[in-house]
Order: sequence, then structure tokens, then C-alpha cells
Amino acid sequence: MSTATQVLNNPLEHVISDRLAKNFRRHFKERVIEFILMMAALSAVATTIAIVSILLYESASFFKTVSIVDFLTDTQWTPLFEDAHYGILPLVSGTFTTSAIALLVAVPLGTIGAIYLSEFASHKVREICKPLLELLVGVPTVVFGYFALLFVTPLLQKIFPELPGFNMLGPGIVMGIMIIPYISSVAEDAMRAVPMSMREGSYAMGATRFQTAVRVVAPAATSGIIAAYILGISRAVGETMVVAIAAGQQPNLTFNPMDGAATITAYIVQVAMGDLPHGSIGYQSIFAAGLVLALITLFLNLLGHLARKKYREAY
Amino acid sequence: MSEQQASTLKDLDAVRAMIRRHKLNDYIFAIVGLLALMVGLLTLLTLFIDLVMDGYTRFNAGFFTEFPSRRAAHAGLLSAWVGSLLVMLVTAVTAVPLGVAAGVYLEEYAPKNWFSDIIEINVTNLAGVPSIIYGLLALGLFVYILDLGQSILTAGLTLALLILPVVIVATRESIRAIPVHIREAAYAVGATKWQVVSDHILHYSFGGILTGIIIGMARALGETAPVITIGALTFIAFLPPSPIGAEPPYLNFEWLSAGFTVLPIQMFNWLSRPDHAFHVNAAATGVVIIVVTLLMNGTAIWLRYRIRKNIKW
Repeated sequence: MSTATQVLNNPLEHVISDRLAKNFRRHFKERVIEFILMMAALSAVATTIAIVSILLYESASFFKTVSIVDFLTDTQWTPLFEDAHYGILPLVSGTFTTSAIALLVAVPLGTIGAIYLSEFASHKVREICKPLLELLVGVPTVVFGYFALLFVTPLLQKIFPELPGFNMLGPGIVMGIMIIPYISSVAEDAMRAVPMSMREGSYAMGATRFQTAVRVVAPAATSGIIAAYILGISRAVGETMVVAIAAGQQPNLTFNPMDGAATITAYIVQVAMGDLPHGSIGYQSIFAAGLVLALITLFLNLLGHLARKKYREAY
Repeated sequence: MSEQQASTLKDLDAVRAMIRRHKLNDYIFAIVGLLALMVGLLTLLTLFIDLVMDGYTRFNAGFFTEFPSRRAAHAGLLSAWVGSLLVMLVTAVTAVPLGVAAGVYLEEYAPKNWFSDIIEINVTNLAGVPSIIYGLLALGLFVYILDLGQSILTAGLTLALLILPVVIVATRESIRAIPVHIREAAYAVGATKWQVVSDHILHYSFGGILTGIIIGMARALGETAPVITIGALTFIAFLPPSPIGAEPPYLNFEWLSAGFTVLPIQMFNWLSRPDHAFHVNAAATGVVIIVVTLLMNGTAIWLRYRIRKNIKW
């Protein structure tokens, strides 16, 4: 029997089975594509897992040689010296001092900038300012390192003649300027999320813009503004090139901004430049330092995330 | 004038003075606010002028066609810009398909359940991980476990992972802006999900995705820390083998495993030398990096502005 007679004998059946076959192909292709796309999305999860495993794995070998108590309490960090000490404190103090200086610069300027953008600036000014701030975010940090070492520090030396060439003050200030846009954009988001009716209430009582901004909008957006600060700290803590270039790379347990010091990130760069043999204690030490850095930033990011979520829920 | 009237007038004067004062406060704050925002831009301007002043003597053709050298005046950027270009090629080829696919999945396919939540949280978290941590990941995983060495491939993959969240987030935001009735219209005429995505969603979100890709690539170009961490050499006086050959198969991939240096590392290297002559080279390199990244970011911002202005659904 030819196909033609088959179709004539039973037209309906043939049409249906053919369509089903096509349907199956169509369906199968869709499934395969969905699977491929899902794999791509899972690469994000895979990256996280890889980061955590690598850091834990190499740190575990590190902590076989070095006790955790020494790591957390020793006041010297000299893994590459004959007389090796493995106390993370000097690196942590350097990290926190530079970050604190950065925040002293970025928090006031970022907050004022955010209030201005959200409450004062006209639409036109905002449309010009925000892209310009984005440009600032795009400037590579190594260039800011140059600026801190060869422009800001010499400038500061004119004010404080005893300031050494490598210090934490210069890079701290430069880092602060770098994170202003991060703080102002998140804080502005939070303030713009405050409902208009609250501002209108305040204006109706005769308050000025400034009074409304400071006494009504900013308090209402507190959790979002705090989130902005926390994200700013997280940026400063993880920042590498500015401090590696301009703060010197000597681990130094001090909180004096006039001194040079190494941060966690600067230490990792310093060791990586030196090409240590794979598996040596010096090699493992950068993973231990990296683990501490990752834990600090993870903690800060979670905190910032929670604070941000809070203001999103509030209104 | 009675006593009472006089005191009312005085009160009125006081109130007027107060209003004036408060209006002045408003005015002052507006100026302070603008200045606070300008600090960053002024810094950027100062930084750029400073770099140009320090480095302009090195702007000649030789700077781009010569290898690094022990003599500062003869040292050039050839191996650095070629290296940057090749690393960026690997980064783009990896991060763009992966990021766009992940973004499409999360926005169009992912069911609302714990599984999708985990992926979302991961993407958000990865965006906040310091770049140097990616360098450690690459050092442990790519360089030693996968044995890719300190190569262009390793650097490209590392930077691809680093900018993946940027591409994913841009893709998602761009897709989210497409109104649901576009999808409904396509489904109504019998399109499958993939047909909707490939024929409609990707078309309409193309501009926004491109913006994200450009911003991500600009970031990859300027990133220094992760590339240093994988152990990129800082003194490279050779070029990787050419990707394009004269005879079939015309393409070769030896360059992927070649040693390399990139622009920001070359700058860092010159900057860490005590000799001031090399600082001039570093400044000139800084100008090159800043001009390229600002052009890329500027293009992206302009593109986004155009899209926002032109598209009315």
C-alpha cells in the first residue's frame, strides 16, 4: 500500500501522528535549550563553590603548619622571613585603617551628594550628574594608585613634612573619593524610595527642602543609607591596587595613618609578584589571607543586603 | 500704633527673618551638595591632567611599537596592548554567551522556587566579591588544578568570571523592561518559548545587553589585581604566536597558552620601580588606559541614554 492510499484510507490518523512527531521534535529542542541556559546560570553557583573550596582547601594546608591561635593573636606577619610569624593582625589593622580613612572621606561627601541628587537636583542636573559619577566608577584602580603615590602623597607632604613616601593617609583619601559614587547612588536609591506623601506632609507644615531632607526623608531612609555605607566599607576592604602601590607593602601593626602598612590585599599582590613555588607555606598563606578577606566582605555584603531589603519592604 | 500691634509686627519680622535664614540654608546646601558631587569629578580631571603632564613626552609611535626595555626612554607598550587585546578576546568569547544565557534563563525560564533563589543570591554575592579573590580562585583552579599555566587563556577566563555578574544583571534588567504583551502576542501565534526569546526578547533587549557587555569589558581591561595574582609576568619582550596563520587551517590556538602582560600590569610594573624615568612611562600608560576605558564607558552610557529616550512601548 502506498502512502497516498494510506492517507486516503485513514486521513485523520496520519495527520495526527505526523503532527505529534513534529511536536515531539519541537518539544525536545525546547528542553535542550532550556537545559543549556540553566547550565549557564549554574555557572554562577559553580564559581561560588569553586571560590569557597579553593580558599578552604589551601587554607586547610596552611593551618596544618600554623595554629589558628597564632594566626589570630600573633602581632607579626613575616611568612617570607627566616624567623616566620603568621599573625594576621598587622594586615587586618592596615586594611581597617585605610578603609576607615576612606570612609571618613566618602561617608559625608557621599551622603550630602545623595541628599542633593534625591531632594535638590532638578531632573536635568540629575541626568548630567549620574552618568558622570558612573564614569568615575569606571576608572581603573591602578590609575588611582598612581595618583595616590605621585600626586596626593607629595601634596600631603607639603602639609605634613614628616609624612613618609608610603603612608596610609594618601591611598585612604583616594580610595574614599573612589567609593563616593557607590555610596551616593545606593543612598539616593533609598531616599527616592521614600513616598512623596511624606515629603508633601512636611512641606505642608512649612518646612524647607533642607529641613524635609534632613528630618523627614533621611530618617525614613536610614536602613538604605546604612546599606550604602556598608557596601562602601566592603568596597574599601577589598580594594587592592591603590593600597598596594601607595601604602607600602610592609606589614605593620599600627592604626596611625601617617605610617606605611600592608593590607590583606596588598600582601596577596606582593607574594603573587614574587612567584613563590606552588605548595610552599608562603603560597598557602595568601589563601589564608584571602579567606579572611572573603569572610569580612561576605559578612559586610550580607549585612548590606539585609539593610537594603528592609527599606525595600518598608514602602 | 498700639503696643500689641507693634509686638505682632516684631514677631512678623522675626518670622520673615527665620524664613530668609531657612531659604538661605536651602541655597547653601544646594551648593554644598553640588560641590560634594563635584569632588569626584574634579579628582578625575586632576588625575587626567596630572597623567598627561607627567607622561606626554612618551607619546610617539615608538611607545606603541616597542617592547619593554631596561632603558625607560626606549621602553614601549607593544607586548602590553597586544596582551590586553588577546585577553579581552578570550574574556568576551566566554563571558558574553555565558552571561546572556544565564540572564535569559533567570528572567524567562527559571521557575519561582528555592533553586532559582539560590542562583539569584549567588549572582548578587559574586558581584560583591573583591576582584583579588577571583585571582586566588584562578591561581588555585586554572593555573594549578587545571594546569592551564600563567597564560592568556587563564587570564581571559578569570576576567570572564569577574564580569559575569555585570553581564547577567544588564541582560536581566534589559529583558525585564520588555512589556509582557510582546511575549503574549508571540505565544498567541504559536511561538515556542525559545522562538519568543530568540526572535523577540533578544532583539529588543540587544541595546541594553550591549551596554552591560561594554561596561564589563572596560572593567576587565582595567582590572589589575586578579591578573597579578595568577602570576602574569611583568617583563615580556615577545609577542604570543599569531592567532591567524598564512596556511590552512588559518587559525591556531597556541597563543592561548602563551605568557603575556597587560596594560595595567605594565603600568604597575613601571610604577613600582624607584627610577623616576619609568614613572613617566607609567603615566603615559595611565593615559592610554584611562582614555580607552572612559571611551568604552562613555559609549555604554550614551547608548543606554539613547535607548531609554527612543523606546516607547
